[in-house]
Amino acid sequence: MQHLPILPILLPMLVAVLMLLPPFTNSINRQRLFAVSAMIILIITSALLLLTSHEQGTQIYILGGWQPPFGIALVADRLSTLMVLLTSVLGLGAQLYACAGEDKEGMYFHPLFMFQIMGVNGAFLTGDIFNLFVFFEVLLIASYALLIHGGGKQKTKANVHYVILNLIGSSIFLFALGILYGTIGSLNIEDMANKVPLLGEHQQALAKAGGLLLLVVFGLKAALLPLHFWLPKTYAAASAPVAALFAIMTKVGIYSILRVHMTIFGEDAGALASIAVPWLWPLAFLTIIMGAIGVLASPSLRLTAANLVIVSVGTLLLAIAMQREAATSAALYYMIHTTLVTGALFMIADLISKQRGKAEDRFVIARKMNHEKLIGIAFFIAALTVVGMPPFSGFIGKILILQAAEGMTEIVWVWPAVLLAGLACLVAISRAGTTIFWRSTGESTSAESISPLKIIAIALLLSASPLLVVFGDPVTDYTNLTAAQLHDRTPANEFTHTGGDQ
Amino acid sequence: MEGVYALCVGILTTCGFFLVLRARTFTVVIGLTLISYAVNLFLFASGRLKLDGAAVLGQSAEYADPLPQALVLTAIVIGFAMTAFVVILAMRSRADLGNDHVDGQVPEDVIAQQTKVSASDKRNG
Repeated sequence: MQHLPILPILLPMLVAVLMLLPPFTNSINRQRLFAVSAMIILIITSALLLLTSHEQGTQIYILGGWQPPFGIALVADRLSTLMVLLTSVLGLGAQLYACAGEDKEGMYFHPLFMFQIMGVNGAFLTGDIFNLFVFFEVLLIASYALLIHGGGKQKTKANVHYVILNLIGSSIFLFALGILYGTIGSLNIEDMANKVPLLGEHQQALAKAGGLLLLVVFGLKAALLPLHFWLPKTYAAASAPVAALFAIMTKVGIYSILRVHMTIFGEDAGALASIAVPWLWPLAFLTIIMGAIGVLASPSLRLTAANLVIVSVGTLLLAIAMQREAATSAALYYMIHTTLVTGALFMIADLISKQRGKAEDRFVIARKMNHEKLIGIAFFIAALTVVGMPPFSGFIGKILILQAAEGMTEIVWVWPAVLLAGLACLVAISRAGTTIFWRSTGESTSAESISPLKIIAIALLLSASPLLVVFGDPVTDYTNLTAAQLHDRTPANEFTHTGGDQ
Repeated sequence: MEGVYALCVGILTTCGFFLVLRARTFTVVIGLTLISYAVNLFLFASGRLKLDGAAVLGQSAEYADPLPQALVLTAIVIGFAMTAFVVILAMRSRADLGNDHVDGQVPEDVIAQQTKVSASDKRNG
C-alpha cells in the first residue's frame, strides 16, 4: 500500500465532493449512510496506517514526486497516525450523533463535516509547514460554516468573533512563515530542524521572532491563556455534534506546538533551543487556573464542558513544557482520553438540554427528565473521567503527568495546579450533577425520546474511558515509543538525506 | 527599494491592525483586507527583492526565488475566499442581530452618547 498515507486526506475529500452531487444531495438518508460508511472505512484506513508506521517505521509520501525539501512530503510517523486515528474515531461519534436529526437543521452538514475531517487529517500528516497553513485554512473554513450550522443569534454572534480572530491568526501565521523562510530558507519541517542550529548570529533573532509568532498562532488555536477567550462561548453556542468535533481542534494547536517547538526549535536547535518553553510554563499554569475558575463559574453544563477543555489544554501544555520523554508520553495518553470524553460530554449536555424544556442545561431546578437513568449513568461516567477519579482513564492520565514531573524543580507548580484544578472540576461537576439529576421537581411532561443513534454515539466515545484503562499497557507502550521518536531526532534525520529515492 | 517596501508593508499592517480593533464589522473587514495585503507583500519579499530575475532557471543569468511567488499565490487565493466569507458573515450578523457591532450589541454608554448627540443636533438644527 504505497498510497496509504494520503488516503486519510483523499477519502474525506472525495466523499465530501460526491455528497454534493445529485444522487446524494437530495436525500439526507443517502448522505447519512454514505458518510457513516465512509467514516468507518476511514477508521480502518487510519488504523492500518498506524500499524504500518508502527511496524515498518515512519512512512514518507512524496507528493508529485518532487523531492523534499523542495516538494511537499506527508510524514506518517507514530504521532501523526495516532492523531489521525483519534480524529476518525471522534468524527464517527459526532457523525452518528448528528444523524439523529441535527444534520437537518441546515444545508450540507455532511459534506462540510467531511471537509473538516480532511483539513484536520491533513494538518496532522503534512511534513511541510506551509502545507500545514493550507490545511489549517481548510479545516477553519469548514469549521466556520459548521459552527453557524442551524443558525440563530447565539451562533452568529459567536461565529463573528471566531472568524475574525482566526483570520488574524492566519495572517500572523503567514508573517511567521515569511520570516522563517527568509531566514532558514526551507519550509520542510525536518529540513528546517536541521538548518536552525546552523543559523548565523544576526539571523537568530529573526528566526526566534518567527518561531514565537508561530507559538501565538498555535496558542490561539489551542486556547492558551491570553488567547482563550473565544473558546467557551464558541463551543457552548455550537450544536452538539459540532462542539464534539471541535474537541479535536484545540488538539491541532497542541500538535502543532509539539511539531514546531519540539522538532524545529527543539533541544538540538543550538542557540534557539526550546525558545517556547519559558513562555509555555507560566502560560500553561495560568491557563489551568483560569480554566478551573471558569469551570466553577459556569452557569450551564455546556459552558462547564467548554471550560474543561481549557483546563485540559493547560494540563497538556504543562506536560509538554516539561520537555521530558515521560511527560510527552503522558500528555499523549491524556490527549486521547480528553478528546474523546469531552466530545461525549458535549453530547450529554445536549441530551440533558433537550429533555428539560426551557431550563435547558442551566443549573436551575427544573422538571424531571424523561430518561433520567440512562443520561445519569452516561453523565456519571463522563464526570468521573474528566475529573480524574479512578477507575477511569482521567485518573491514569493525571497520575502519569504527575509522575513525569518527579525530580524537577517545577514540581511545586505542576502538582498543586493539576490537583487543585481537579478539585475545582470535582466541585463544579458534582454541583452540576446534583442540581440536574436530584433537585428536580414534579413529573416529567416532555415526551422527548432519545434516538438510539445518539446513545450509540455517546457509548462509542465514552467506552474509550474504560478501554484506555483496560488496554492501558499497550497504549502507554505506544505513547512511550511516540515520545521517544519525537525526542530522539536521529532516525528522522536520515530520511531527509535518503528520502528522495522514491 | 527595501526601505520603501518595508515601510509600505509596515504602514499597511499598522492601519490594518488599527481598523481590526474598531467596534464595527465593516471597519474590521477593511482591516482584515489591509492585513492580508500586507501579508502577501511580506511573503513575496521573503525571497529577497530582485530586479530582472526570472523565476525559471535558464531564462536569465540571475534568477529569483520561485517559491515565495507560489506561496503568495496560495495566500492570495485563500485570503480572497476568507474575505468573501467574512463579508457574508458580517451581513448575516447585521441581519440576525440588528446592528453591526462586533459583539452583536451596541454598549449602553455608546447608545446614550449617540442619543445625546442627536438630541443636541435637533436643538441646534
